[in-house]
Amino acid sequence: MYSKEVTIANDSGFHIRPAQLFSEKAATFKATILVKPNGTTVEADAKSILGLMTLGLEKGAVITIQAEGSDEEQAVTELAELVASGFGEA
Amino acid sequence: MTQTAEKHIQGLGVSEGVRIGKAFVYSPFRLSSETDMEKKTDHPEQELERLQTAKERCIAELDALIIRAQETLGEEKAAILKGQVSFLNDPSFYPPMQKLIQNDSWSAETAIHRTVNQVAGLFESMANEYMRERAADVRDVGSRLMAQLVSHQGNRLSDINEQVIIVADDLSPSDTVQLDKQLVLGFVTRIGGKTSHTAILANSLGIAAVLGIGDALDQIAHGNELVLDGSTGEVIMNPDQATIDVYLEKLQAEEAERERLLVYADRAAVTTDGFTVEIAANIGTPEEAEGLPGKGAEAVGLYRTEFLFMSQLEMPSEQTQYEAYRKTAEAMSGRPVIIRTLDIGGDKELPYLDLPEEMNPFLGYRAIRLCLDRRELLLTQLRAILRASAHGPLKIMFPMISGLEEWRQAKGMYEEARKQLTDEGVSMADKIELGIMIEIPSAALMADRFAKEVDFFSIGTNDLVQYTVAVDRMNEKVSYLYDYFHPAVIQLIKQVIDASNRHGKWTGMCGSMAGDPLAAPLLLGLGLHEWSMSPTAIQKVKQTITTLDRSACIALTGQILELDTPAEIRQALADFLNE
Repeated sequence: MYSKEVTIANDSGFHIRPAQLFSEKAATFKATILVKPNGTTVEADAKSILGLMTLGLEKGAVITIQAEGSDEEQAVTELAELVASGFGEA
Repeated sequence: MTQTAEKHIQGLGVSEGVRIGKAFVYSPFRLSSETDMEKKTDHPEQELERLQTAKERCIAELDALIIRAQETLGEEKAAILKGQVSFLNDPSFYPPMQKLIQNDSWSAETAIHRTVNQVAGLFESMANEYMRERAADVRDVGSRLMAQLVSHQGNRLSDINEQVIIVADDLSPSDTVQLDKQLVLGFVTRIGGKTSHTAILANSLGIAAVLGIGDALDQIAHGNELVLDGSTGEVIMNPDQATIDVYLEKLQAEEAERERLLVYADRAAVTTDGFTVEIAANIGTPEEAEGLPGKGAEAVGLYRTEFLFMSQLEMPSEQTQYEAYRKTAEAMSGRPVIIRTLDIGGDKELPYLDLPEEMNPFLGYRAIRLCLDRRELLLTQLRAILRASAHGPLKIMFPMISGLEEWRQAKGMYEEARKQLTDEGVSMADKIELGIMIEIPSAALMADRFAKEVDFFSIGTNDLVQYTVAVDRMNEKVSYLYDYFHPAVIQLIKQVIDASNRHGKWTGMCGSMAGDPLAAPLLLGLGLHEWSMSPTAIQKVKQTITTLDRSACIALTGQILELDTPAEIRQALADFLNE
């Protein structure tokens, strides 16, 4: 298992487009990937756009991306980079 | 090719304007009954296959729509449709449906219904407004899927991608929420009256509308050329060239008039002898407040909060209400907004309140009567308004007040809400003006006593006429009696304005009389302070007021008060304006 913390950087948080980019990216990996907002007990399947959106993550929220599977390290690294980059939003 | 003959249909014109365009006949997929939603199956594998086929068709349909949307509507609309494809492929959307069929032998219909409700419910419970609105996307995907499942050849308002005249049985808030209003030239409906959701939406957006054309609606086919006149209530099917030319000319004249009136947006409503009145707008949703200042509205004189309650499947929370009120206050950037507390019952129902049907709904359990009985409802709303008052000058008015005890109870609840929030340390405006609607003759007759206690009056002429003359304005057989120029109605209005003047208070009017230029000399003569109307009427009324001399209006009003019939009064006003 591999995991990493990252802060949501874009203004709109996990709105429909960021959630879509994130879940599409997550779906390219074999690993099972979870997104857990820090300080809560909820979690979402990183490959589910609906699950990600209903976490209600806004700018500044800290999340842990956790993966388990053959490509877990690459998955977590790439997804964390995507979040940190602000999904290409200004 | 045979030329189809021109055909004239008469309906009720509720929102003026001439429009020429193609019919978009809206035939939505609706669930036939609730019992369909509890259906088991003996053949789960068949149901799974039906579901799979429906999903594949749905994705193909969406892909085609996305390409069209990218060409015509832009990336934003396309992104929403792409999101719908992602929903269909989502591990928490499609697989749960499969499980409901496989494990519990539910039919595909039931599986879709339950999953959509569950996921949409998740979105609806979120604090963020944007996320709550996504529930509508989930439900839209659900109805797409359901429609494919039963091979329904329907269409959706969200699929419209060119300018059209929408032809429908009726339109509900959930139908119109996803509609791109820029693309709507007009509305034609089978049922509906002046106070229906469609009429109000059309008026606030300046969309021409003819409602209640009845079974003539069945003759209009998708794509038919239509001419629509929202002033006369006329709909012309397959117009010939001569007719089109006549209406094109009318359309151009309307556009020229609209341009000419634009200058009045920035002008104050001042008579030639220097008497200024406040011109305000009636709205039903926060979105309608956007752009209002640019149209010339100096305030919102009536914010009908019931649409917020009618557009939801359950009672809107304090937070949801707070956000709507705050958004409205912010859109008006410092201009006053009068929020009317929930006016439900009568012709406006709420499914989640489960109100029993009444013999006489307009005289029954509605508006303030209901709110004083279900105290939590009013208390929540007052708390939400008070919280939003930190973001702009809000005022509150209570509907359907018939006597002083109702007003005092409502005011008591306001004070209770205020105390709660003070104890919680919530910031709000120091002073909020509280007023009552004058729409029941008993309140108008007691205006002098009310004026000692309230901050303002707002006359709702629509109900005041109905209750004074005892006429149901929806009933065509007697609607000829419905006239705000009835001498008795004018007497009551005068009494209310005089009472407010005697006690240093003010009177507004939010019924359709305020937006009627013909009534302007009379209302000026009576001394009405605040005039609240449909946003589309503002510039015309401002223009009328700026051409009038108040002292002449006062003299005219003196004469009008001596006249015996509405017809005489209308004539006197028309003559005066034509001088």
